[in-house]
Amino acid sequence: MTVRLPLLLATPLILASLLATGARADNGFFDDVEVFGRLSSETRLYPESAGHPDQRSHASGFAVEATMYAEDDEGRSITLTPFYRYDAGDPERTHADLREAYFLAYGDIGDDEWELRLGVDRVFWGVVESRSLVDIVNQTDLVEHPDEKTKLGQPMVHLTWSGDWGAMELFGITWHRQRTFPGRHGRLRSALVVDHDLTSYESAAEEWRLDLAGRFSGSFGPLDIGLSAFDGTSREPTLLPTPVGTGLVLAPYYEKIRQFGLDAQLTTGPWLLKLEAIHRSGLQNRRFDQRLFRYEEEDYAAFVVGGEYTINAVWESDTDLSLIGEWTRDGRGQWATNAFENDVLLAARVGLNDEQSTEFTVSALASLDNGSHAISAEFKRRISDSWSLHVEGTAYSGIDAESVVEEVLYEVRRDSYVGLNLDYNF
Amino acid sequence: MRIALSHPMLVLAGIAIAIVAWAGEPSASRAETPEETGHRIATEARDSLKGFGNFTAGMTMILRNKRGQESKREVRLKVIEVEDDGDRTLFVFDRPRDVKGTAFLVHAHKEEPDEQWLYLPALKRVKRISASNQSASFMGSEFSYEDMGAVEVEKYSHRHLRDEPCGDLECAVLERVPVSKDSGYSRQLIWLDLAELRAMKIEFFDRRDANLKTLIVEDYNQYLDSIWRPSTMTMTNHLTGKSTVMLWTDFEFQTDLDLGDFTKTALKRVR
Repeated sequence: MTVRLPLLLATPLILASLLATGARADNGFFDDVEVFGRLSSETRLYPESAGHPDQRSHASGFAVEATMYAEDDEGRSITLTPFYRYDAGDPERTHADLREAYFLAYGDIGDDEWELRLGVDRVFWGVVESRSLVDIVNQTDLVEHPDEKTKLGQPMVHLTWSGDWGAMELFGITWHRQRTFPGRHGRLRSALVVDHDLTSYESAAEEWRLDLAGRFSGSFGPLDIGLSAFDGTSREPTLLPTPVGTGLVLAPYYEKIRQFGLDAQLTTGPWLLKLEAIHRSGLQNRRFDQRLFRYEEEDYAAFVVGGEYTINAVWESDTDLSLIGEWTRDGRGQWATNAFENDVLLAARVGLNDEQSTEFTVSALASLDNGSHAISAEFKRRISDSWSLHVEGTAYSGIDAESVVEEVLYEVRRDSYVGLNLDYNF
Repeated sequence: MRIALSHPMLVLAGIAIAIVAWAGEPSASRAETPEETGHRIATEARDSLKGFGNFTAGMTMILRNKRGQESKREVRLKVIEVEDDGDRTLFVFDRPRDVKGTAFLVHAHKEEPDEQWLYLPALKRVKRISASNQSASFMGSEFSYEDMGAVEVEKYSHRHLRDEPCGDLECAVLERVPVSKDSGYSRQLIWLDLAELRAMKIEFFDRRDANLKTLIVEDYNQYLDSIWRPSTMTMTNHLTGKSTVMLWTDFEFQTDLDLGDFTKTALKRVR
């Protein structure tokens, strides 16, 4: 990591300085050059003693993400967004990534429009709050946050054709990115540590396989709908316990999968009604049989259904109160590879609508099958034009030893945490 | 006697004026109700704002609290007219810095609820949001989303109250009652100058009919030889003592924008 880092960071900086030089010239290629981003200091504390050996009780450090954007007079643009995080607690969390490095062009086809994005980009699909289910184009940067919502940059060709009828998008994706996992010293991990050196692929082309994806999306009055298909290497690896020396590690194995997805939202008055569903084939699923884990290929479906209800100007003030309820179900039941096999998310968000955009959120994700649950609280407030504060905490509880086999949360049962982020936005 | 003598003269003069008025403006010949007058003036005022095609502009808001502390918001806008429908507007936020790159797309409609989408650049997520948040504050300012929307005659029922001087000009004062139950207001009073039908002042009354806010509109400039746009709008909240000054700059009309620049796909590429 440390060897590749300077190169990764230097490339966009060199390109950006070239762009900036171009823009300064009177007849420069670019009309408009902008640099903006965020420098974030982070402290995360884990009050409970570690559940696994070698784990530390804190994660602290900083992250920086900056975007350089240059546009010519016909609207064509180049975007570069390097990212770097330093973490004093877990060296595996110290990492760099090129979040974005793409060229964008667009134009008219009759009354319709085309758009081309070429390069490293991030793409988001979905509507629900509890998890990212349909979203599949980008790999999860799991070390960033256990909510799995931060993504690694992904090289792709992304072509969009849009009109009054909606938008049709096609993706050609290659250079599969490996999911990041906490290291030996990190919290929020399983007892066994993932060893990236043991990564293997089902495809003979390994990470260079050409993955294909497509999505139709449209708005029809109150309904926003998206239908998607993905054929390629799974973003979620099967983690195979593998002996190394005298111990065991987890070897990531990325299989070829096919996924069909649906995301829909009905927006009517104060109600947002949401649905995400997938059908996935080609993935090996975990089974526990005669005291051993066994893996076999099996199709499955999963969905999240729920809604959000917002009351404006509550308590005779500018405050908005949003109540969120979602039910998430995975057809694999207790063998689901995530904590969402049959769970309910209940959340309340209070937005003060003040100058500082102060926002509080409390949420509970509770299993309907056993007593395990995760309770989270979040507080966000802008301090000044450039500075903002973000405090969050998650408590895991009700996870008993009997659920060791089927409950994914069992591994993180002692990893309740409080995190504080102070951001400088420029 | 003098009164009796002058009386027939006045009647004659009155008839003459009526005939001239009837010839020039048929609607004025019969007795117009205050509602009809209000609706007519509001329609004319609306029409005077139409026909711009599209424009781009910059907007700065200076938010001032009761103690006089200031903070700043910077937004860029693109607006396009849609035939037989409401305008489409794209807002791109530049300041405060933590929301830089956030964008907001509105497809306004005359009768159905507006459609609104928010683009969150950190997640690259486009989120359809409810249009029932009309009374919520726009970026923490004293302007609500409702105040930011384009004025459609269909969204209010109007009544003409009186004509009166407003500064150096003569204004018509209309009362308008929002049709939508999501509106944060029970009614508004609007002062329109009779010469150009420009809004000069609006008084906003909350649901309990208290005078909640006053908007003063100043520094009008004319574009395309017909469209008047103000440069300064000052909203004062009488209940909280807070105020917001909205400054408009860099108006550019008849740019090469088309409807394709106001879609969810376009929302994701704004900077």
